[in-house]
Amino acid sequence: MNESFTSFAYLVAAVLFILALRGLSHPTTSRRGNLLGIIGMVIAIFASFAHGGMTWGGSLLILLGIAIGGSIGLVVAQKIKMTALPQLVAAFHSLVGLAAVCVAASALNAPESFGIGLPHHIHTESLIEMSLGLAIGAVTFTGSLIAFAKLQALMKGTPITFAGQHQLNAGIGIGIIVLIIAFVISGGSFFLFGLIALLALALGFLLIIPIGGADMPVVVSMLNSYSGWAACGIGFTIGNLALIVTGALVGSSGAILSYIMCKGMNRSIINVIAGGFGASGDAVVAGPGAGDKAVKIGSAEDAGFIMKNASKVIIVPGYGMAVSQAQHALREMADILKKDNVEVKYAIHPVAGRMPGHMNVLLAEANVPYDEVFELEQINNEFATADVVYVIGANDVTNPAAKTNPASPIFGMPILEVDKAKTVLFVKRGMATGYAGVDNELFFRDNTMMLFGDAKKMTEEIVKALNH
Amino acid sequence: MTPADLAAQAADLAHQATTLAQNAAGVAAVAAQNAPPGAPFVYLFSIFVLAIFVGYYVVWNVTPALHSPLMAVTNAISSVIIVGAMLATGLHGSTVAHVFGFIAVVLVSVNIFGGFAVTNRMLSMFKKK
Repeated sequence: MNESFTSFAYLVAAVLFILALRGLSHPTTSRRGNLLGIIGMVIAIFASFAHGGMTWGGSLLILLGIAIGGSIGLVVAQKIKMTALPQLVAAFHSLVGLAAVCVAASALNAPESFGIGLPHHIHTESLIEMSLGLAIGAVTFTGSLIAFAKLQALMKGTPITFAGQHQLNAGIGIGIIVLIIAFVISGGSFFLFGLIALLALALGFLLIIPIGGADMPVVVSMLNSYSGWAACGIGFTIGNLALIVTGALVGSSGAILSYIMCKGMNRSIINVIAGGFGASGDAVVAGPGAGDKAVKIGSAEDAGFIMKNASKVIIVPGYGMAVSQAQHALREMADILKKDNVEVKYAIHPVAGRMPGHMNVLLAEANVPYDEVFELEQINNEFATADVVYVIGANDVTNPAAKTNPASPIFGMPILEVDKAKTVLFVKRGMATGYAGVDNELFFRDNTMMLFGDAKKMTEEIVKALNH
Repeated sequence: MTPADLAAQAADLAHQATTLAQNAAGVAAVAAQNAPPGAPFVYLFSIFVLAIFVGYYVVWNVTPALHSPLMAVTNAISSVIIVGAMLATGLHGSTVAHVFGFIAVVLVSVNIFGGFAVTNRMLSMFKKK
């Protein structure tokens, strides 16, 4: 088919992808956006089928591949639990990374197919682009696999650190750059190609093992960004507009999300990548009053009574809610309160959960209307007017030490100011510290009541108490 | 000037033009051989830079509540790398290239279908009061 026609089709696909992201600016337009994205993908695939020189056998093989991969994808997407979303996304990132490696490898083997030269006589530019796509793709692949293993608890979430780790990583990074230069000078040596792949695979692995489980929102966003840049590298290699535009979109999207997550923890991206945060567990600075003061412990009945007599309740969910799958019980509790004319709102901290926006999805899954769910900036000054704050599975994001104690590791982190409410109810398994290993002085305040137990069980008991 | 002279001159010119055209074709062929694939790099690079800016502004507009679907959908669209995988599989080339291409098609198809489906599943849960 006419080449300018296929180029035009790729342009249309790229524009549709931009509109797909644009749709996500509001829940009401988001599904249409997703549909536009699907149409864009269909157009891009048809344009590739129409590419001059496509063989019948090859087309059949492609259709077979799409059928195999597509059915796996559909089944996984239907079966996956929403709590497991972060690891699913990590796994998907790894596939993009590996695919970039595969495409780079076949471009090296059959450069004439991509119009980038003849075997062993590949254009210099294409060699640079190809090796960048290869290296970033390989880092994305192993990095995402490790992130997946940590999120799926196949691997311990605690950071793995050793002496000389950063020097080793820097050394491998420099090694990859040197090899890329050598690869380009060699005019596309298969051996150097393999060596770059191996080093990049090792680098992806080493980069992610020192990062702790709670820093996963940043890691997942970062790998999202990497997968975009890898796609870009391949896009430049084969000179495909849709791929370059999409790669740039995805790359900048992931970078922005990483930035937002880092800001939510008041840490620099370098600091997160350097890793090791929270490794020492309980050895970090203890807040004032730890150990010597008693906490007030309440029962589900107490909590139910307090909330029933409130006029405004704000719920603060954290990762603990996701772990115990308490979102449905939580919504039930909110429904009963609303029937009693209690105003109920939800407050979400940017880094709550294991990926950006994870809490919102879990609440939406439990049929919590999205207009009852608010972000930190939107709701922070409302805590002063709230009678009760129900903190479920969150800890560090409510810790006043972030504002008051410069010695605290979480100092400077934006927090939900739950301490301003009349009563704070804390659902927790025990007195353990949050992932930052910092004591929360809120536990010891007079207006705080601790509800010890599993988040889901406790919420269900409160529902029972409210129904009496 | 006689018509015969004119005809001779015209024939001469035509001959020169043919030679020039042949030369030009030769130069173009050499240039085509040395030229990078498709569009020149600077052109593609400009698109790349502009796309980063578009991405920047579009993504800042995404509501934080939809950051998870954003990740899932960006993942799905980055699978447009299937375009490269399809060319690797479907065009004449070495068997090795075909094998790598086919693997890439399968991997990326998991992403395309899975990514869009899971995004749709998430988005369909977001409801108003």
